[in-house]
Amino acid sequence: MSDNPSLRTASQRIAWTTTIVISTLVFIFLIAPILAIMPLSFSSGSYLTYPLPGLSLRWYDDFINSPRWMNSLKNSMIIGVASTLLSMVLGTLAALGLAQWNSRFKPLVLAFVLSPVVVPGVITAVGLYFFFAPIGLTGTYLGLILAHTALATPFVVITVGATLQSFDTNLARAAASLGASPLYAFRRVILPLILPGVASGALFAFATSFDEVVIVLFMAGPEQRTLPREMFSGIRENISPTITAAAVILTTVSVILLATLEGLRRRNERLKCSSA
Amino acid sequence: MTAASSTGADARTEVPLKRRLKRAERARQIRALALILPLLLFLLFTFAGPIAGMLWRSVDDREVRRVLPQTVAALANWDGKDLPDEKAYAALASDILAARASGTIAIAAKRLNYALNGFRTILTSTARNLKAEPEPGTAREALGKINPAWRERITWTTIKDASGPMTGFYLLSALDLTRNVDGAIVAAPPDQAIYRNVFARTFIISLSVTALCLILGFPVAYLLATLPAGRSNLLMIFVLLPFWTSLLVRTCAWIVLLQSKGVVNDSLLWLGIIDEPLRLIYNRFGVCVAMTHVLLPFMILPLYSSMKAISPAYMRAAASLGAPPATAFLRIYLPQTLPGIGAGSLLVFILALGYYITPALVGGAADQMISYFIALYTTETANWGLASASGAVLLLATVLLALVYGKLVQGQQVTGGMKN
Repeated sequence: MSDNPSLRTASQRIAWTTTIVISTLVFIFLIAPILAIMPLSFSSGSYLTYPLPGLSLRWYDDFINSPRWMNSLKNSMIIGVASTLLSMVLGTLAALGLAQWNSRFKPLVLAFVLSPVVVPGVITAVGLYFFFAPIGLTGTYLGLILAHTALATPFVVITVGATLQSFDTNLARAAASLGASPLYAFRRVILPLILPGVASGALFAFATSFDEVVIVLFMAGPEQRTLPREMFSGIRENISPTITAAAVILTTVSVILLATLEGLRRRNERLKCSSA
Repeated sequence: MTAASSTGADARTEVPLKRRLKRAERARQIRALALILPLLLFLLFTFAGPIAGMLWRSVDDREVRRVLPQTVAALANWDGKDLPDEKAYAALASDILAARASGTIAIAAKRLNYALNGFRTILTSTARNLKAEPEPGTAREALGKINPAWRERITWTTIKDASGPMTGFYLLSALDLTRNVDGAIVAAPPDQAIYRNVFARTFIISLSVTALCLILGFPVAYLLATLPAGRSNLLMIFVLLPFWTSLLVRTCAWIVLLQSKGVVNDSLLWLGIIDEPLRLIYNRFGVCVAMTHVLLPFMILPLYSSMKAISPAYMRAAASLGAPPATAFLRIYLPQTLPGIGAGSLLVFILALGYYITPALVGGAADQMISYFIALYTTETANWGLASASGAVLLLATVLLALVYGKLVQGQQVTGGMKN
């Protein structure tokens, strides 16, 4: 592992080796907990320890046959997909607008649009709880979808905005000079080019909603409990291996999202290289 | 603009063209704003409005004036130096009778009890024992006989303080302050003074987690920034996978690993390093470990991008000028990573401040941070004023730190470069 070009003296080599050793330990610290929990979900026993008494799928069976868990998975999907779609539309429009807007208020507006990411979850949740309760939006899917959209849209604005940065505005002008209406130019020229940005924004948005639990804790009725919410009460009450099965399912979703994002990034880089 | 401008050969069309360009630009700006507007309106309804509502609740104080309107009116001109006059007593007696009839006594009792412990009993016992409106001129005597607290000045100053419509009471409470009988701001009695402690704890946990993230994250970011792209991309998965894994999954994993019959304790016992299980979770240690695990990617990624931007030529130049490696690192490399260190640390610190789920699941009673208390006051004790006031303090801290963060990363491309 001595790829580092500037390793001339012994002390440099020691420093580099130390970096590698510490980094390896940190990588283990980062990955090991996630990997450690996975085999436990395939245990045939009901204790969460190693060595496993035997392998079985009984906890997955338990998960699939539990209306509580399956309902929470369904809820997570409904709320995740709906808030992703909504935040894609709102976020893409706003990013297009922000790219063309020249005003001294722009930094302020941008800070406001991105602020849901920074404000602590409990504050947003308590505010929404007070605000939505009198108008009957607590304990409804709509209320949760609206709240998750607010949290997820900043990611779409950021990713689409980043794509628009490298977007050649002359292309839009060329389309206009060739007689394309703004809508037609958007559909045929702009949208295909910013689509990777919209897609990665959508993935971030879905992940945000799929992982969110604080707002759900405050606002969801028993009918709208999501997968993380069900895990939260599961962990609180007592950790059964069914939770580890749920954890594996959640992690699989994350890995799929991450792999798709990575694929999008690679494709984007390839396109950039080939056009250059 | 194409056909019209080509015909304008004479000087007169010069001005209209300029004006037309300006008009076109203005139309473009309006169109741009129209694209942003839906999101702004949406966030106004789902984010800014609710938070403004919460902030309003932290100063809103209308329960007492709604339940005891005549009393509040009678006390409006009272100077608070002596007991109020007979008129106030009569007003209170009549208010209490009316409130008893409409069943709203408990609302005022709850609010007044926040300010003065035992007020609930004073008010309910009076409501129970007050048979009818006292004869004119005897209200003071009648109420004093039912409950001697009505002969105390503090009982009345408490009502006056709570007459609303706005109050600093909750915000003061959230900072362990209160008003004494003369209206001066003083420290709250020790049995109620818990918030400074909670804020200090929140601050200490966030600071420890930030320090741990920096210590663990720096070598990793350095390694990733120094290795050739192929290998660092591969290792980046170790950072991104936890980043994308659900918070609940990671918290659950740490409980499984660290509990007394968990994987870590079992392994240590099996290896003979310890004789009995260590207490690794439901305490401060567990909170710090789990939070560091969750927040570490937020430190590594900004550090990595700031290190990636440092040209290796600087280090080579330092070496060729005779600087020993350690000096070159400390004097040349480290200063250039400072913006990354600042951005990463602030980001981790800001995110840590508002943590709720992880401490709630892996912490003990003494490790709960401010968010836990905000949630507790909202859902369990329904002290919404205090919940909102603690939320306002947390929000203020977050916003101030986020402004510093914004200044710090202005040059960097965290916002997708959309800042002017």
